[in-house]
Amino acid sequence: MHVRHLQVTDFRSWPTAELTFGRGPNVLVGANGQGKTNLVEAVGYLANLGSHRVSGDAPLVRHGASSAIVRATVVNEGRQLTLDVEITPGRTNRARVNRAPVKRPRDILGILRTVFFGPEDLSLVRGDPGERRRFLDELLASRSPRFAGVRADYDRVLRQRSALLKTAGGLRRGQRGRSDDAALGTLEVWDNHLARFGGQLLAGRLDLVAELSPLVTAAYHELAPGGVATVRYRDTAGPDGGARAGQGPSDPESLAEALLAELRRVRDQELDRGVCLVGPHRDELELTIGDLPARGYASHGESWSFALALRLAAYDLLRAEGSEPVLVLDDVFAELDQRRRSRLAAVAGRAEQVLVTAAVEEDVPAELTGGRFVVRDGTVRRGD
Amino acid sequence: MYEGPVQDLIDELGRLPGIGPKSAQRIAFHLLGAEPADVTRLQEVLQRVKEGVTFCDICGNVSEQATCRICRDARRDAALVCVVEEPKDVLAVERTREYRGRYHVLGGALDPLSGVGPDQLRIRELLGRIGGQYGGAEVTEVIIATDPNTEGEATATYLVRMLRDFPGLTVTRLASGLPMGGDLEFADELTLGRALSGRRSV
Repeated sequence: MHVRHLQVTDFRSWPTAELTFGRGPNVLVGANGQGKTNLVEAVGYLANLGSHRVSGDAPLVRHGASSAIVRATVVNEGRQLTLDVEITPGRTNRARVNRAPVKRPRDILGILRTVFFGPEDLSLVRGDPGERRRFLDELLASRSPRFAGVRADYDRVLRQRSALLKTAGGLRRGQRGRSDDAALGTLEVWDNHLARFGGQLLAGRLDLVAELSPLVTAAYHELAPGGVATVRYRDTAGPDGGARAGQGPSDPESLAEALLAELRRVRDQELDRGVCLVGPHRDELELTIGDLPARGYASHGESWSFALALRLAAYDLLRAEGSEPVLVLDDVFAELDQRRRSRLAAVAGRAEQVLVTAAVEEDVPAELTGGRFVVRDGTVRRGD
Repeated sequence: MYEGPVQDLIDELGRLPGIGPKSAQRIAFHLLGAEPADVTRLQEVLQRVKEGVTFCDICGNVSEQATCRICRDARRDAALVCVVEEPKDVLAVERTREYRGRYHVLGGALDPLSGVGPDQLRIRELLGRIGGQYGGAEVTEVIIATDPNTEGEATATYLVRMLRDFPGLTVTRLASGLPMGGDLEFADELTLGRALSGRRSV
């Protein structure tokens, strides 16, 4: 799929802007603070109904305006659809498809798909394990929406169980009584639910990593030949606490059993500390380059390439499933050396559509020829 | 901010569930302009609801007497008990006009975040009810009709665990899935996903 036309009103720094993109590479060039990223962020908003930069909608509306409008025409396998979203902070956003209002804004999800890579993604490699878990869960949910619900259910059970562990642990330190037994009796119920949702989430993540892992290694190899990057999922459910080799689809039921057994084993420890110690919320996607963990050991360029390899692998995975997502590379090239730049350009050049932003024209490799847009003083001009 | 009693009334109304500051203000000014007789009637009803309404000794539903209308009704099957969270759920099941058994109201669901454990719910009463004899009949089936959310499901699992020791007792759980009269295409992906995984052979 590709975005043919983008129009924004009162979005971020733009009172109004209009662009017509072509297939293949589209490069937005302009000095810092001119609003290049804001334009690709608008495209990302239509795909995810959220920004990659902020969690709330308020900063997306231009200062002084009450609401912002993002409109794009998306071409998917010859079919043309126009999406509109009106963003009004503090109220429900309104969305339209081909000028017809839809019931809920989230009904437009899936019409436009993007894989977005930006400077914030460095935290995929350098940040806490939570960042990598979120990367997996978001990718999981975009491939199979059911997992958004599984994840939400899991989080809810986790919060309830943690609250129970805190009170039950406190009671245990005091004196044993009747209500203590009752609390422990319900703990088993919460264990079961945690294991059930945890098993489903874990199975989803394990299968995803099994598919993703060779793609990440290949993408990293393409960006930085000589470096061997691997990803490995480390879960807390295994009998040895170690990772599992991906042989065939994982079975949520047996994983739930394993989680349950592990929960029983650490029960005393959990009660002492009042924390839930087992489950997908403690798991980690381990990234290694050669023999060393990427976090803490990799250089800036290596970390950057690894983060990019994760996004490119996600892109390959979504592409293999059918309609090709739009690739967005926000301010990527300035951080890479000459060789990696041209390799990334070769990968990106194969995409049906790629939107690139860069502060300096020279940073963008010559291979990415296509539409050029100059962003300056609140205007976008086509400049070939 | 308004002065004195008007603001007090707005604040009190605003504490009610489902009523925001704007609605509270609207109701307060409506009451201010209403006939004194209407306001007095509302006042009396409010007082009666706290003084006159009690909870049924058997099922825990709201009742005017010691036992509620449904528990007194001899035509209803005492061998069948439907377990719900709140009195309003009783009304919901009653509206189906399909159910001819009795009820048991738990008074909530297991919710450790709000400090609700089994002792805060009427679970002991339920167990006593199944073990003993009420209305001359023994309970043979328990239908668990707690909400299909995290807390309701946990409560259901807990009840199943407590009830499995009773010999000859059938325990069932309400099915979950697609709403009737709806279109498949309008079902959200979570409900449809659950309906798919919980499908049955026909």
